[in-house]
Amino acid sequence: MTCDAPAPAGAPAEPEWRSHGPRRRSTRALRVRTAAVLVAATVLAVLLVPPLVQLDQQAVDLAAKLQPPSWSHPFGTDDVGRDLLLRCVYGLRVSLLVGVAAALTATVVGTAVGAAAGALGGWADRALMRVVDTFSSVPHLLLGIFIVAMSRPGVWPVVISVALTHWLSTARIVRAEVLSLRSRPYVDAAVSGGASRWRVAVRHLLPAVLPQAALAAVLMVPHAMWHESALSFLGLGLPTHTASLGTLIQSARGSLLAGQWWPTLFPGLFLIVPTLALAGLAGAWRERINPRHRSELML
Amino acid sequence: MLELRSITAGYARNAPVVRDVSLSVAPGESVGLLGPSGCGKSTLARVAALLHRPDSGTLLLDGEPVRHWRHRAPRARRTAIGVVFQQARLSADPRLPLTDLIAEPLRATGRGGEVPARVAELAPAVGLTPDLLTRRPHEVSDGQLQRACLARALVLRPRLLVCDEMTAMLDASTAAALVAAVEDYRAATGAALLAVGHDRTLLERWCDRTVHWDGLA
Repeated sequence: MTCDAPAPAGAPAEPEWRSHGPRRRSTRALRVRTAAVLVAATVLAVLLVPPLVQLDQQAVDLAAKLQPPSWSHPFGTDDVGRDLLLRCVYGLRVSLLVGVAAALTATVVGTAVGAAAGALGGWADRALMRVVDTFSSVPHLLLGIFIVAMSRPGVWPVVISVALTHWLSTARIVRAEVLSLRSRPYVDAAVSGGASRWRVAVRHLLPAVLPQAALAAVLMVPHAMWHESALSFLGLGLPTHTASLGTLIQSARGSLLAGQWWPTLFPGLFLIVPTLALAGLAGAWRERINPRHRSELML
Repeated sequence: MLELRSITAGYARNAPVVRDVSLSVAPGESVGLLGPSGCGKSTLARVAALLHRPDSGTLLLDGEPVRHWRHRAPRARRTAIGVVFQQARLSADPRLPLTDLIAEPLRATGRGGEVPARVAELAPAVGLTPDLLTRRPHEVSDGQLQRACLARALVLRPRLLVCDEMTAMLDASTAAALVAAVEDYRAATGAALLAVGHDRTLLERWCDRTVHWDGLA
C-alpha cells in the first residue's frame, strides 16, 4: 500500500470526480444555454415563418437564378431562382416533422416491445429479443432504403422507414430497465396484493421507465433528421419538389462543382446546427437524470 | 392454515438456499421463525407468501396443495396472505403517495370504492396521521413508511400475515407500535401470523410459538 501526500489539514478535500472547476461548469452552462436558444429559434422559425410570411417558397424567378447571398436574398437563390432562406426554413420544417414523428413512433414501438419482453419474461422475452436481433443484424440504412423503395416517395414512408429501423435500442434499454425493476420488493408486494401482470406493468413498471424512454425519443430526433436527409439525398426519400434539407442538398450538388457554394452550404448548416443543438440539450438532460453516464451524441 | 412440507428452494439450479424445511402454522396461531442472517428465512417467507416457487416440496394452504405461484396463483389465494417486507424503502413504489400505496391492493382487485373508508380506518390503526398520507415515500421516515406498508398488507383483510423482519430496521418504540398494530388486527380478525426475524427476545414475547431455523430441516 502506498500513501499519497496527505491533504492539508482543515481543507475539506473535494472528491476528484466532482471537482470539474468553475470554468468547466460555466462553459457547460453556456453550451446548454446556447443549445436551448438554437432549438427554440428553430422551432419558432418552422412554426411561425410559413404562416406569417406570405411568400411562396416555390416562386421561380429564372432571371435571378443562382444569385450569391445579398440583402434581398440573404442565402442566395437556387438554380431556378427560388429564395434559399425560405426554402431552407420550409425544408427544416419537413425534416423536423419527419424527425419528431419517426422518433415518437420508434419510441412507442420500442417501449411496448421492451416492456412486454421484460415484464412477461420466459419464451415471450426470448422470442421478442430474437426479433430485435434479426432487425439489428441488417445494416439499418439498407433496411431503411428497402422500406422506402417499396413505396411511393412521400413523408410517411420515410417516417415509417426510420421508425422501423430505430426502435431496437429503445426496446433493449426498456427491457433491461424493466428486468431490473421486476425483482424489486415493491413488485412482490403488488403481486401479493392481487395485481395482475398488466396492472404491475402499467402501474409500477412503465411509469418508472418513461423518463428513460422520453430521453431516448429526444436523442433520436436529430438522428432521424439525418436519416431523412440521407434518404432524400439518395433520391429515395421525399419527392424532389418537396423542400427538405436532404432534397435541397441533393439538387444543389451540380452547382457546387461550378463554384456556387451557397445552395449546399446553407441547407447543410440548417441540418447540422439544429441537430447538434438538440443532441446537446438531450445529452445535458441525460447527464442530469443519470450523472454516471457521460453524454455522447447519437449521430 | 399453512403447511410447508420438505420445501427446497433457491435462486440458482443445484444451489438451494432452503433445504428440506417443514413448518406449519395453525389457524389463528402466531409462529416466530428465528434464524441467523443469510440462512434462507426470507426465501422461505417468500415461498409461504406464494411469491417464489420452490424447487421441491409441498405447500398446503387450508389443506389444499398450492400448484401455482406469483401471478399464476389464484387471486383469492394470493390476497389471503398479507406480506410485510424488511426494507420499507424498497417495498414501496417511489411514485405513489402513502394513501395510494395503502389503497393499491384494493384498486388492483377492483374494490376501489372501498378506498376512502378503508384508509380512514387503517391509518390511525397503524399510527399514520392524515398529513403523512399525502406524502410520497421519500418524504417520510423508514418507520412511517413501514407503518404504511403494514397498512397495505392489512388492507385486504388477510387470514395469514407474513412479517419478514418487519422491525429489523426500526427503533424500539416504532417496532413496539407495529407489533401492537399487528396484534390488534389479529385480535379482531383471528388471523394467523408467521413472523420471521433474528431477535429472539422480540419473537418470544410476540409469538405463541417460536421455532429455530436449525430445528426445521
